[in-house]
Amino acid sequence: MNLENRRGHGRNVSEEFLADRAKFIRLETLRLTRIAGAGHYSSTFSAAELLSALYYAHLRIDPTNPKWPDRDRFVLSKGHAAIGLYPVLADLGFYDPSKLDDFTRLGSAFGDHPDMKKIPGIDFSSGSLGHGLSIALGMAIAGRMQARDYRTYCMLGDGELNEGQIWEAAMAAGHFKLRGLIAIVDRNQLSIDGPTEKVMSVEPIDGRFEAFGWDVKRIDGHDLKTILSTLDGLAPAGEGKPQMIVADTIKGRGVKHMELSLDWHVGNLVGADYDDAFEEISQGLKPYVGEDA
Amino acid sequence: MSVRAGNAGQDQSTLFRGNDTDIALKDSKSVRGTPAKAMPAFILGEELADLAENDPRIVVATADLANSSRTRDFANRHPDRFIDFGIAERNMITAAAGLASCGMVPYVATFASFCGILAAEAIRTDCAYPRMPVRIIGHHSGISMGFYGTSHHSLEDIGMMRTIADLTVVCAADANQLRAILRASVDHPGAMYIRLGRGRDAEVYGEVPSDFRFGKAKTLREGRDLTIVTTGSQVHASLAAADALKAEGKSVRVVDMHTIKPLDVDAVRAAARETAAILTVEEHNVIGGLGSAVAEVIAGGPAIPFRRHGIDDEFSLIGPPAALYAHYGLDAEGVTRAARGLLNEMN
Repeated sequence: MNLENRRGHGRNVSEEFLADRAKFIRLETLRLTRIAGAGHYSSTFSAAELLSALYYAHLRIDPTNPKWPDRDRFVLSKGHAAIGLYPVLADLGFYDPSKLDDFTRLGSAFGDHPDMKKIPGIDFSSGSLGHGLSIALGMAIAGRMQARDYRTYCMLGDGELNEGQIWEAAMAAGHFKLRGLIAIVDRNQLSIDGPTEKVMSVEPIDGRFEAFGWDVKRIDGHDLKTILSTLDGLAPAGEGKPQMIVADTIKGRGVKHMELSLDWHVGNLVGADYDDAFEEISQGLKPYVGEDA
Repeated sequence: MSVRAGNAGQDQSTLFRGNDTDIALKDSKSVRGTPAKAMPAFILGEELADLAENDPRIVVATADLANSSRTRDFANRHPDRFIDFGIAERNMITAAAGLASCGMVPYVATFASFCGILAAEAIRTDCAYPRMPVRIIGHHSGISMGFYGTSHHSLEDIGMMRTIADLTVVCAADANQLRAILRASVDHPGAMYIRLGRGRDAEVYGEVPSDFRFGKAKTLREGRDLTIVTTGSQVHASLAAADALKAEGKSVRVVDMHTIKPLDVDAVRAAARETAAILTVEEHNVIGGLGSAVAEVIAGGPAIPFRRHGIDDEFSLIGPPAALYAHYGLDAEGVTRAARGLLNEMN
């Protein structure tokens, strides 16, 4: 890949390119799920456009210098979506893509949840839900203490908002006015036991975070044009309200029968399940038509 | 650096903001000959502030206990590197791991019950597992909170912390040893749990021990009839017990096992080889703590009479700390009784 201009915000890439990379994320997720025999594919599908826009267009990163002190930080608090992030980091050149060929096999650096000690480009290990926003909070405080202008991004799941520690971190971020802290909620509507609003309601997410002192925007998390313009509009690090993007997404997006289905959260995809999903994803995202269509 | 934050116009935040309040010592009296100003509670913030003078990586945080831990002394000198997270210990410890990942060396202090127990998973998952150099300081451990009760006691923290891989677990016996621990901790790799007592511990080390090493126990008394392996708040009592038993003609070795993990296995084996019995003494449940760690070593042989002295797997009564220490035999008289009992059993 051409790694020119990867040192700044707002790289000039087309929506078509980002859509193609979102497709790549979904297809690689399928491939890795089959290697592992299980994977959190549907909660990765919901984040595919977000990850594509962040990593290929927005984040200030340098794959040749993963520890660059001035890089933007990205914390994947919903660590189970790492299966969709690993191929991106390989694609960008953080490591050789062949390292994913034994994904999750004995001794692999790549597990279902990411390990910062083993994987270049992973800014922090995750997996235990509810921790990531606190990690990102600490990173944002460090940036202020060191007078660096990087921003810290944290991708949260919606079900994860049930965790109490999220609100400890939200309270502190608002109190300390860490504008350089940016949370992105992948609002894909389902947690394992059912719709979030039936299991343990999280709405109104925007109103709740606004009450904690955050500046919140709510967008269509599969619309790349909107995602890009929202990311471009983020304020720089500094003293001010921490920023949140609530991205309304669809769990399992891209494979019709998986969309908002509780039957497709984690597991293996074999035979026709794999082939059908591969074929449908390869055709690219079609407009979402809902479960009754 | 303009870094103030907090509620608009109120400037209430303690993040990066100094507090000019001079903290008067609540207890200006000496304890067993140790002046208040030489007690761990009173030197923690000062020592960290001294270290921070020459090390911009050092940052200190607390969870609404800046006065209790005297980290206020650090805040006064380094307001830009002090964070009060409010009553949110898990967030504090996880955020410290985020700070550490960006090159800072955070020291976070709160009651042992609210870090070593309440935030144990944050210590494991966010500090130890990614090997972040976060120093978690659990003060007022054991039963030192007295009548505040079980919610504020921590008789389980050593047990919980020492089962976490890649975590250094260390207990300070007094202020001078705490200074040595803090100085040695700055560049020590990985995460660390530093367990302090009530902070009014009597002096054990007349000066800052220059030979302090993590994982290297300190033999404070030589002896043959018995070895007392002890740690933290019980070092002083154990030395007093050794002195009392000496008057009865018994020769007692006292080993300050300040580092619970990695344990000084050689010191335990030497005690098993060279002395007639081993007694462990700790302000902790006898299950899971120092006694268990020592037992794991001597279970490999050779056989030796062995007893654990601590809290016998129960939730403590409430009461003033001194009364509790007397009740549970965690003072000079109590340790002497326990040691004498073991020696008598062997006769």
